Amino acid sequence: MNADGRVLLLAETEPSGIAEESMRALAFAGRLADSAYAAVDVVLFEDREEAADAVRQLSSYGISGTISVGSNAIPGYAPAAWAKTLSQLADSADAIAIVAAATDRGSEVLAHLGAMTGLPVAANCMAARLDSPGQWRLIRQRWAGSLLEEAALEAHCALLTVAADAPASDVQPEVAADGGAGAGGAEAGGAGAPPSVRVYEPDLSEADLRVCAAESAAASGGASLATARVVVGGGRGVGGPDGFAPLEELAELLGGVLGVSRVVTSQGWRPHRQQVGQTGTKISPELYLACGISGAIQHMAGCLSSKHIVVINTDEDAPIISHADYAVIGDLTEVVPALVSALKTSMSRL
Amino acid sequence: MDILVCVKRVPTVGGKIVLTDSGEVDTRFSGFTVSPHEECAVEEAVRICEQQGGTVTVLTLGPPEAADQLREMLALGAHRGVLLQTDGREWGPIATAAAIAEAVRGMEPTPFPLMFFGNEAADTGGYQVAVRVAHALGLPCVTGIKRLELCDGVVRAGRDYRGGQEVFEVKLPAVVSLKEGINLPRYPSLPGRLRAKRAEITVRTPSWLADPLRTLELRVPEAPRQRAEILGHGVAAVPELVRVLGELGLLPQARTGGDGTAA
Repeated sequence: MNADGRVLLLAETEPSGIAEESMRALAFAGRLADSAYAAVDVVLFEDREEAADAVRQLSSYGISGTISVGSNAIPGYAPAAWAKTLSQLADSADAIAIVAAATDRGSEVLAHLGAMTGLPVAANCMAARLDSPGQWRLIRQRWAGSLLEEAALEAHCALLTVAADAPASDVQPEVAADGGAGAGGAEAGGAGAPPSVRVYEPDLSEADLRVCAAESAAASGGASLATARVVVGGGRGVGGPDGFAPLEELAELLGGVLGVSRVVTSQGWRPHRQQVGQTGTKISPELYLACGISGAIQHMAGCLSSKHIVVINTDEDAPIISHADYAVIGDLTEVVPALVSALKTSMSRL
Repeated sequence: MDILVCVKRVPTVGGKIVLTDSGEVDTRFSGFTVSPHEECAVEEAVRICEQQGGTVTVLTLGPPEAADQLREMLALGAHRGVLLQTDGREWGPIATAAAIAEAVRGMEPTPFPLMFFGNEAADTGGYQVAVRVAHALGLPCVTGIKRLELCDGVVRAGRDYRGGQEVFEVKLPAVVSLKEGINLPRYPSLPGRLRAKRAEITVRTPSWLADPLRTLELRVPEAPRQRAEILGHGVAAVPELVRVLGELGLLPQARTGGDGTAA
């Protein structure tokens, strides 16, 4: 494979390996690299051994190299230090793009990188391709995905964050089946072979380490809104803070959790951490059962990745109906308790 | 403590975003507001000053009409308003951050011990103006913040991290970008509104810079679904709803069985 440049991918990890968002960013980086005849290097801020463990799952992704930046250099998450490191790696590899998932960390690190280098940053990209050297075409999300923007980017090194609902890696086999240059590289470099990991020592100043996470603790267990299989949603139609008990009971019966719309949290009926939406949590459950929610843009931006949307609403013309699979037209204060008792009956028959 | 809060005027959107013939968000009937994260940033600043004393300055970059959004924030309890007035052109994050940094250098106090931003604007969602301003001013910056404590010149700031938490401790002066959920903004009081109406707003006119990221076209994504199938009305529709949930493999007892999830 005759690569014309490097694409650096900032990968975040969790105990089970590379984070899901970073896997999507990797798929995005792979497509982008193909458009530019470039190769993808994955950068992990992990010690060599952890980095090697994390990339073992990547052997079929056509990555050409793995770079580990260990805890000797950076003791924990430090956004400016991560950015400075990426900038030094980009300089030495002559990178044409640096890609990260549009997570809190990914967005933050790339913003620092943009500020340090004076380069533009395009956030929440869905797709990108190189048109000619330094000239990019992008599709990115606006209004948290309610609008798409087609944009032209001029940058010798494109700094891009990848939207959480950018196309996932299931397009990878297609790329491989096409027999493109990327797929050939994947086989030669990857499958089966133990990943080779290069350790990089960045040159950092005290100022780069001025902001460093004092504590970072991912949640352990418990059904979180973001990852729940079923979410029962409640909106203005619930009527007040006392109306949520039947919805919570329904959520429990379905093995899910309660989510609410922005009006519910801004009225103080429920805590903000239960908000589904652009300024709350993005959900992607198997079932989103939305009760008394009209479906404002702000809300739909947080729930459109749901596999099935079922609505209970009094208003047949509510915007959410046009995004749903099924709807019951009716008052949730009557329908939800009836649904709860019907579910209980059908379960007790088992 | 004297706190600067930067806010952005954005279209109010309800159930649907409509684009005009020229491909911009149609605001004729919807009006404008301040991005939600930023309203919380103003509320947080006002609360800090209510406890510790000090002033809250709100700054925005936008057309002359953006003074309306400054007055909304003054009505919440901010003390001063600064408008970096533009001619209505789209300003990218690099130009916006440069203009804000330049304005801040010329303001009292220099620098503000705390500068607040919203984590991202509702419309463009660029996630970077706060960080760019911090770099231009040589200040530390933390983003995505949902919990904030101030103690002895140090800000202790927490944010969500993979369902858990991440905490940063930074010496002032510092730049902090906040997220909705850190507080519940108050409604403006009547005296607040009257004061806001009379307040003088400082106006400056920074110079525009082209952004290397240029919008070619905005479009509404194709709806992933058609209109919903109506299962029925009221309680009478419940058996049908239960049947559909079962068919989709979404009932608790259906999880282990069959091919119901293939849909």
